Amino acid sequence: MNAVTCPECGAEITLDASVETGEIIVCPDCGVDLEVTSLDPATVALAPMEQEDWGE
Amino acid sequence: MSNKMSKRLRIGVLYSRVRVEEKWIFAALERRGLDYERLDDRLVHFDLNDPEPWRQYDAILERSISYNNGLYACRIFNSWNIPTVNSAAVAEACGDKLITSALLARANVPQPDSRVAFTPESALETIDGMGYPVVLKPVVGSWGRLLAKVNDRESAEAIVEHKATLGSVQHSVFYIQEYINKPGRDIRAVVIGDKVITAIYRKSAHWITNTARGGEGELCPVTPELEEICLKAAQAVGGGVLAVDVIEHADRGMLVNEVNHTMEFHTVQPLSGIDIADTIVGYTVNMAVQK
Repeated sequence: MNAVTCPECGAEITLDASVETGEIIVCPDCGVDLEVTSLDPATVALAPMEQEDWGE
Repeated sequence: MSNKMSKRLRIGVLYSRVRVEEKWIFAALERRGLDYERLDDRLVHFDLNDPEPWRQYDAILERSISYNNGLYACRIFNSWNIPTVNSAAVAEACGDKLITSALLARANVPQPDSRVAFTPESALETIDGMGYPVVLKPVVGSWGRLLAKVNDRESAEAIVEHKATLGSVQHSVFYIQEYINKPGRDIRAVVIGDKVITAIYRKSAHWITNTARGGEGELCPVTPELEEICLKAAQAVGGGVLAVDVIEHADRGMLVNEVNHTMEFHTVQPLSGIDIADTIVGYTVNMAVQK
């Protein structure tokens, strides 16, 4: 099962089959950015906050 | 056949987040059947006296979202003669707007009037001398963050004071650019090696047209004029895999606004239909082969 719980709001989220470790998803309930930290088992954590030197 | 050609190449991809660009790059590496490893820049660590664990890589494709992490990692790899895309020198030249401007000026690449000052007083004097409006930009920063259009002396005093008081030490390097009333769009051109492979217009009613800030894309023809200025800009910063952002000035024509060394291409790739991820991988493989 690729179901995870949003650590911010507790919503149950089912990960898309194409999601990869390290990808950022958005909680559909509260809108927080979540980083997929593992796929087996599926886990997510609050994504790091944007830093001043981030970009392209 | 050289040893390099007969041996299976191994590519490292240094990244922070798996954005759509990284997914496309990983997919391209897999389609080509290349041996590669994903290197999370939050997990890697280096013993500067022991390059051996890293010698397994024939080239590193740097996709860090953090300018500092990417730059320092490339410096280490390059000091061990492990090639990176892009090189540390190119990353430094592109990641710092002051250095970019200096290199563009040296190469006579047209760009907006750009000035630098190191104290609030000299910044205000510079701005007064240029006339309003001007744009204040952090020398390091991206995605259109903390750009300030300064319309009058009172705003200038407030912004300069805020930067000097609240910002990191880097915000006390005042990088001041003339404000250009662009036609609701700018151009992003993708340069890989010695070719401009595609370009898009980035459209927005806001003066910041960055697609990271909601700007929309539309395919832009690569005219000889655009090609020439982009190749000159890419060469000025050292060349590689680069996104050149160009502003169209009503009287002065095309001006290079910035050059990006870890480009995002989630808008350009689907619009152009060009597999930019695969082209980047191809460039990296060539770099590895030539090591």
